[in-house]
Amino acid sequence: MSKPKDSVSRTLMIALGVCLVCSLLVSTAAVTLSSRTKENMRLDKIKNILRAGDLMGEKIDVAKTYEEKVEPVLIDLNSGNIMPQDQYTEDLNPETFNVKKIAQDPKYSKDIPSGEDPAQLGRRPQYNVAYLVKDGDALQKVILPVYGKGLWSTLYGFLALNGDLKTVSGITFYEHKETPGLGGEVDNPRWQGLWKGKKALTENGDIKIQVLKGAVEPSNPNANSQIDGLSGATITTRGVDLFVKYWLGDQGFGPFLDKLREGDAQ
Amino acid sequence: MNEYKKVLLDPIFNNNPIALQILGICSALAVTTKLETSMVMIMAVIFVAAFSNASVSIVRNYMPSSIRLIGEMTIIASMVIIADQFIQAFAYDVSKQLSVFVSLIITNCIILGRTEAFALKNPPLISFIDGVGNALGYGLILLVVGFFRELFGSGKLFGINILTPVTEGGWYVPNGIMLLAPSAFILIGLFIWVLRTWKPEQVEEA
Repeated sequence: MSKPKDSVSRTLMIALGVCLVCSLLVSTAAVTLSSRTKENMRLDKIKNILRAGDLMGEKIDVAKTYEEKVEPVLIDLNSGNIMPQDQYTEDLNPETFNVKKIAQDPKYSKDIPSGEDPAQLGRRPQYNVAYLVKDGDALQKVILPVYGKGLWSTLYGFLALNGDLKTVSGITFYEHKETPGLGGEVDNPRWQGLWKGKKALTENGDIKIQVLKGAVEPSNPNANSQIDGLSGATITTRGVDLFVKYWLGDQGFGPFLDKLREGDAQ
Repeated sequence: MNEYKKVLLDPIFNNNPIALQILGICSALAVTTKLETSMVMIMAVIFVAAFSNASVSIVRNYMPSSIRLIGEMTIIASMVIIADQFIQAFAYDVSKQLSVFVSLIITNCIILGRTEAFALKNPPLISFIDGVGNALGYGLILLVVGFFRELFGSGKLFGINILTPVTEGGWYVPNGIMLLAPSAFILIGLFIWVLRTWKPEQVEEA
């Protein structure tokens, strides 16, 4: 090499070479491993569905249990109807349903006017999935996907109701970027355990569930619908409170739950 | 052969990156609440340190000084992304717990420190070994700190109950401060104290 080490053309060439080799390595790793990672993410989501529905055991085959016990259905949130299987399309199929994509797609979602958007969702999807757990014909659990803004990030999770459509069976989160130790404590099994058995809705579907700031006073007549807030995580806790209410309400799964209550969700 | 052995083993006790060079403290506080996360973190750091050291050493004679640092960072960042991809593919649960800390290996001073101080002046093979050695020294501290934090903070080792905590029907009341970052500071301090009592030549002059 005749050119000096620090000449402009050589600097550019070396920079280009380093970048090329590095990008090649990174993309090879990403492409070869992506199927495994996707499968891991799918299993993790299923695990969270099962945990919310209290179907998770120590040594169970997650994918098999999900297939045997859980029936995913696609809900038209406006009417509350379950979409018949013959109307499934590429985007609207409960197995591949991606709420992030649907909520961005103008065909399937609308902007929420700012005054009516306490949970800061931005856009309301017209469709969402729900997961039914049945024993014969009797409905045992309804597992509803919920999401909304916390402090730093959007939290994605599942809220499960028992067959009476009033009592919470469990809550889990499978994706969020809240501060570990503070807002991240939404993952703490002990806090999630507080939700179990709380009355989220009344007989006719009015929302009673409430996440407080601070601890629940046991003498309060509404104590069986209230959940302790996470200390040091006021905004995350308020976010969870607001989006759980949103998804149980008229704009969320309310019409679907009404139909289930009347026994004609078809 | 002796030289390789020295480069590999020296950083573990004699020239420990955390205890003597005081590099890479931040992640040592963050990932050591459990041994499992510590182990995965150690393996990721060994991989990144070894391969970025070797790669930087390969290009060391061609690298123009004006883009030396950014070039090293590019190499390190690529190695970190690859390590992160592997953890997500093979240990998804752990990757969720480690969250941002794997990507933050990029900012771990040990990695850039070793490429600057060693790999730029030495051939690839011995640079590779230097990377492994320093990552092992870092790993030793992570293991010691993780051992005490998990044992006293949750009563467990690798998730198996040793001191059964009260919440699970045992007698042990977990020490909450062990789960918070300051406890790692205290433990690292104690480790440095023990190490310098054993090897007084590491004591700095006041």
